[in-house]
Amino acid sequence: MSQRSLALFVILGLATLAGGLLLPQWMSYLFTIAMGKGLVVLGLILLMRAGLVSFGQGLYYCIGAYMAGVLTQFAGVTDVLLILLASVVASVAIAAIIGLLLCRYREIFFAMFSMAFSMILYGLLVRNQFLGSTDGFNVANPSLLGWSPGPEGASTLVLSVAVVLVFALGILAWRYLNSLSGYGGEAVRENEIRLEYLGGSVFRVIYVKYVIAAALAATGGTVTALVSGHVDPEMAYWTTSGEFVFIALMGGTAHVAAPIVAAVLFEALRTYAFAVAPYTWQMILGFALLAIILFMPSGLWSLVERFQNKKSRQTP
Amino acid sequence: MKQILAILVDGSVYASWLFIISAGLTLIYGVMRILNMSHGSFYALGAYAGASMVGWYFSTGAVPWLSFFALIGAALVAGISVGLLVERGLLRFMYGRDEVVMILVTYAVLLIMEDAIKLVWGVEPYFAYQPYTLLGRTKFAGLSFANYDFMLIGVSILIGLILWYGLNRTRNGKLLRVVIHDREIARALGINVSRIFTVTFLIGAGIGALAGALTAPGLSVVPGMGVEVIVLAFAVVVIGGLGSISGALVGALIVGMARAAAVHLYPDIELFVIYGVMGLVLAFRPQGLFAVANARKI
Repeated sequence: MSQRSLALFVILGLATLAGGLLLPQWMSYLFTIAMGKGLVVLGLILLMRAGLVSFGQGLYYCIGAYMAGVLTQFAGVTDVLLILLASVVASVAIAAIIGLLLCRYREIFFAMFSMAFSMILYGLLVRNQFLGSTDGFNVANPSLLGWSPGPEGASTLVLSVAVVLVFALGILAWRYLNSLSGYGGEAVRENEIRLEYLGGSVFRVIYVKYVIAAALAATGGTVTALVSGHVDPEMAYWTTSGEFVFIALMGGTAHVAAPIVAAVLFEALRTYAFAVAPYTWQMILGFALLAIILFMPSGLWSLVERFQNKKSRQTP
Repeated sequence: MKQILAILVDGSVYASWLFIISAGLTLIYGVMRILNMSHGSFYALGAYAGASMVGWYFSTGAVPWLSFFALIGAALVAGISVGLLVERGLLRFMYGRDEVVMILVTYAVLLIMEDAIKLVWGVEPYFAYQPYTLLGRTKFAGLSFANYDFMLIGVSILIGLILWYGLNRTRNGKLLRVVIHDREIARALGINVSRIFTVTFLIGAGIGALAGALTAPGLSVVPGMGVEVIVLAFAVVVIGGLGSISGALVGALIVGMARAAAVHLYPDIELFVIYGVMGLVLAFRPQGLFAVANARKI
């Protein structure tokens, strides 16, 4: 990344943060939720670049969220940074084990098997009385390095942390995708045997992607739990993971910014659809999904690319 | 002893229920290579259609025994007509796409159907307990079992036999197997593949709806019931091997018995057991127990 685009990125980040803080309370809440989901989907598109669609990112999303809940409520740890660290460590540890098994599978087997793992967590949480069973439990207000802003300031704090995370992790993901290991994803999708023949390790490419995706999903889950102040087992249910796949398709896999933009659009669309048609909002989402698959198979980001191509053709 | 008997009976009942649900799913996958997420919605559709038909039937005061025909007939009509709409109206334009894309397409169908069902039937629960109580209960070795559950076992065996006979002993079944084996050669031989696709989807959707209708008398019919069922059906089908009917039978038996044992011995791990078994089987047989091996793409 050049000096200029990095500067551009930082300015854009500050602008987003300022915009997010100026929004009315309910909108900045939705915005923070969208940031959390965007992080999960960012991990998902890393996998999708290798041709793997995970219907089980809810597993790590839920682990991150419950980590935040357990630490703030039962362990008395409220520091955002510590919580994030713990979520990432927990999810990476679990992904490192599950990944060994899961990375042997492709296509629908990968999708279904990852779904099964998230359903296992769901099944365990639903039956756990201590963790509130199906109702879940509340998350206490977070603090940052000894500064505890109280209930009003907490959402502002989480929003700021979320925006910083999105931009920092977005840049890292972008760097990763432009590295040898990142390009390995496309190679896996196109032809695994050729990659092996060239001396690359298909397993390692997928494994690394899987673990990174898990860490990103846990980060997103933590952000969501901290801003909403509540966690429940629904976060590991397969419909939650389905939602992430929806957002990923909506944005496309062409750019790291695509899932973030798509997550914001998705939250807006969902809130609007829910307000206008409380009984048919899922139907609206379903038709939107069909429209995307039919008319925009590479997601909304393909519009941006079309625009860029046109511009570069006009100024040779 | 009593507990073992209870586990065996509950396991068989649950297994037969699972088999009816997953038979349609695995058939559609075997022929069309579509992992039909909306299968759960057809299940819910059948349950709603059956339940409301049974409610209406008993309000007319006709012969109670014929209510079974009302239950099953309503589900089949609803399942097959909506199946026709989905296949002709949407899926046929999608054939030849990636299997993963087809999952997403049928996921969209699921989202749409879930709300369509809410629009038609509302969000209040429906009850169709009459056929369930009509058959009474049997006392056996100190335990009481609903006869309706035994009928469910009979129906699942019947469906299994019909599917087996249809696939192995009829001309159309042989054509179907040709399509399963190699779609392109089948077309080159002059088999009308798209018609076989349509018929398969209708049979699958019909069985799915039938499963819903048969379940409806035993519980309340509520929104979201299809979403819960679909992951169970996936687990069963994946254990047995996608696309294999006999695999679905074995998968249903394994999951059914494991869940019954868990419910009676350690109720806390009920859901965990189902997916745990699935994980265990897949760790050793990645393609499932009965799937045919696929050649690797080069």
